[in-house]
Amino acid sequence: MGELEQRGERTPAPTAWEYASAPESRELVTLERQYGLFIGGQLVEPRSGKYYDTIEPANEKPLARIAEAGPEDVGLAVGAARAAFENGWSAASPAERAKYLFRIARILQERSREFAVLESLNGGKPIRESRDVDLPLAAAHFFYYAGWADKLDYAFPNRRPRPLGVAGQIIPWNFPLLMLAWKLAPALAAGNTVVLKPAETTPLSALLFCDVLRQAELPPGVVNIVTGDGATGAALVEAEGVDKIAFTGSTEVGKAIQRQLAGTGKKLTLELGGKAANIIFDDAALDQAVEGIVNGIYFNQGHVCCAGSRLLVQESIYEPLIEKLKRRLATLRVGDPLDKNTDVGAINSRQQLEKIEQLVAAGQEEGAEIYQPPCRLPEQGYWFAPTVFTNVAQSYRIAQEEIFGPVLSVLTFRTPAEALEKANNTPYGLSAGVWTEKGSRILWLAERLRAGVIWANTYNRFDPVSPFGGYKESGFGREGGRHGLEPYLEFEGAEEIGG
Amino acid sequence: MAQAPVLPAGFELPLEPRLPRIGSVDQVALEARATDLSRRSIKREAKLFALELAVRMMDLTTLEGADTPGKVAALAAKAIRPDPADSSVPSVATVCVYPNLVQTAADRVRGSGVKVAAVATAFPSGQSPTDLKVAEARRVVELGADEVDMVIDRGAFLAGRYAKVYDEIVQVKEAVGEAPLKVILETGELGTYDNVRRASLLAIAAGADFIKTSTGKLPLAATPPVTLVMLEAIRDVFEETGRRVGMKPAGGIRSAKQAVQTLVLVHETLGLDWLTPDLFRFGASSLLNDVLMQIRKQKTGSYQSPDYFTID
Repeated sequence: MGELEQRGERTPAPTAWEYASAPESRELVTLERQYGLFIGGQLVEPRSGKYYDTIEPANEKPLARIAEAGPEDVGLAVGAARAAFENGWSAASPAERAKYLFRIARILQERSREFAVLESLNGGKPIRESRDVDLPLAAAHFFYYAGWADKLDYAFPNRRPRPLGVAGQIIPWNFPLLMLAWKLAPALAAGNTVVLKPAETTPLSALLFCDVLRQAELPPGVVNIVTGDGATGAALVEAEGVDKIAFTGSTEVGKAIQRQLAGTGKKLTLELGGKAANIIFDDAALDQAVEGIVNGIYFNQGHVCCAGSRLLVQESIYEPLIEKLKRRLATLRVGDPLDKNTDVGAINSRQQLEKIEQLVAAGQEEGAEIYQPPCRLPEQGYWFAPTVFTNVAQSYRIAQEEIFGPVLSVLTFRTPAEALEKANNTPYGLSAGVWTEKGSRILWLAERLRAGVIWANTYNRFDPVSPFGGYKESGFGREGGRHGLEPYLEFEGAEEIGG
Repeated sequence: MAQAPVLPAGFELPLEPRLPRIGSVDQVALEARATDLSRRSIKREAKLFALELAVRMMDLTTLEGADTPGKVAALAAKAIRPDPADSSVPSVATVCVYPNLVQTAADRVRGSGVKVAAVATAFPSGQSPTDLKVAEARRVVELGADEVDMVIDRGAFLAGRYAKVYDEIVQVKEAVGEAPLKVILETGELGTYDNVRRASLLAIAAGADFIKTSTGKLPLAATPPVTLVMLEAIRDVFEETGRRVGMKPAGGIRSAKQAVQTLVLVHETLGLDWLTPDLFRFGASSLLNDVLMQIRKQKTGSYQSPDYFTID
């Protein structure tokens, strides 16, 4: 008790301080009633004649009608990409390609508020994240690869890099515009043309991006965008004239694509699921580690392939850390994605919500202890409260399967060797986090963890310079950095140069 | 050479993990969290609530060599009735002055509910013998100070003589008796967030009722990450012992916006319980007018010229 309390002169503390809602304006975005397919530089009606509604996951209301591309439409898009490749893009001077990429990057920066609002509307993610993470990173990727476009010979000395041709790219719904940037920027910088298929539930930012391409005066056909569901994606994978497929999404679909492409000679890179370990040692800075845990699993509602969904805590600090984590969870604001104070937004789709609910029910059945902070979830839309499971055994489904939602499974360990063993004991291998003040321990683990990305004393930090990709069932190939160019290039004549 | 005391028979080392652990602070992650929280958007009634709270939490301060009874009298009048045009604006918590001006301040605020805080212990450097510092602290209370703001001996702290820092706080605490003691860490001189955390826990262990960031005499003062690291130390002590320690950022908070952002830090780190002048203060001189201006903006919907707010 402080002195003042003892003297009985306390000024009572308030019982509430509700932040007034601070919504970003949805008027920043003007939506068409209906969108066609972007083929050869034009939005055209689909030959399939089919459309579907894309909705706002925060209230389940339709936002626009979206074309559903059939095999014929996909064939037209690939044809347009092929023609653009043959008629100039592959032969254009590399500095010319860089010019367009720089333009796109700048236009994205200029229109970032508009795109951020759209990303939150269609995807359900908090505006704070689309504004501070998705948009700046998307622009940064275009800037970064614009810089490489005329320096490929320096990126791969003595290997004579040349473009592959037409790249078919299929992207997920968790970071619609950012994944578009991750895919398009290196492909274009390397001199390829592209047919891109956005995710079924989140096509709008890609369609607005067509307007950026128009503003940037990118030659028609260099980028084509076909919307639709899994069947559209499968048609793109199969299409004649596609030289390379780049896919980001579930391990299940990734495996199917790999089977489909076997023996076709098409190149393939896959960025698939994960079940990353976030490892907290007893000497870590605890309050900051708690922030890292929260950022690791509740960022973007946990719809992150590299999410730190398995928390490994050293047993000696288990209790204080879990207490801190639970207290922190109570301060997370769940709700309207457009409110600037929202920390956790809407689940992307009903299908995903059902999957999360199913796995959480499995966790409870298996005997794990569930904790959810008290929070009011809106009546309409798809929502799931931030969730922590304690008393989780390595064998539980919630410790093995990717949930792709705001659900954390907590396990404990006693020694660094045990932490390593548990962290690697998964079919996935996309990412991992290590929290310790000991530099030597970070290096020891980084050498031994079977994961493509390892964060030390931070989590979910991205930069275009840093390569990203998986081991094992998390896929193969790298995106980002100089490594990210390689899947979009072929190299000739190592033998000619004395190799 | 000093010898380690012999352990008494049957003495056992405490084997339970002890909290508050001294622990460590990660600079990058701490600063990222502070930046994140500074992006909260506080509007309308939520903002007005914070602004009025900020007024009630203010230690309205003048600490200049040029301070005179006239200057302090003007400040005291402002403290009691910050906005003469709006009687619903509350009084501030204290006026904070040098020892020589304590009596003037006490005379001027008597009966108003506004208290007098005095700096002591060779403020701002703390570079004086302990007995003089203790005597000064005792004296300001005799002169009429209701609260005492002391400085720690940063020289001793940085030299690793933690026991000296601790002992001095204990002695000053004893000297000021019932008066709440605020312990200034002068974080701008401590160099690292780890040191800020250590000094916070040291001051609390020695009996501080409030821990305070700065003297206001250095350019680097109450930054959001420094405030956050101190709030986290207070939280750890509360979780471990149930003891509630107050917090006072001082220096560098000049705009109403910064004050609201600081209250967001408090709210989301320590919760509603700390949103009271009993456990949170702002040490500031120029902040008050900006807060008053923003309050009037919230109430009337338009900004008014700074000429309508008194310069004291």
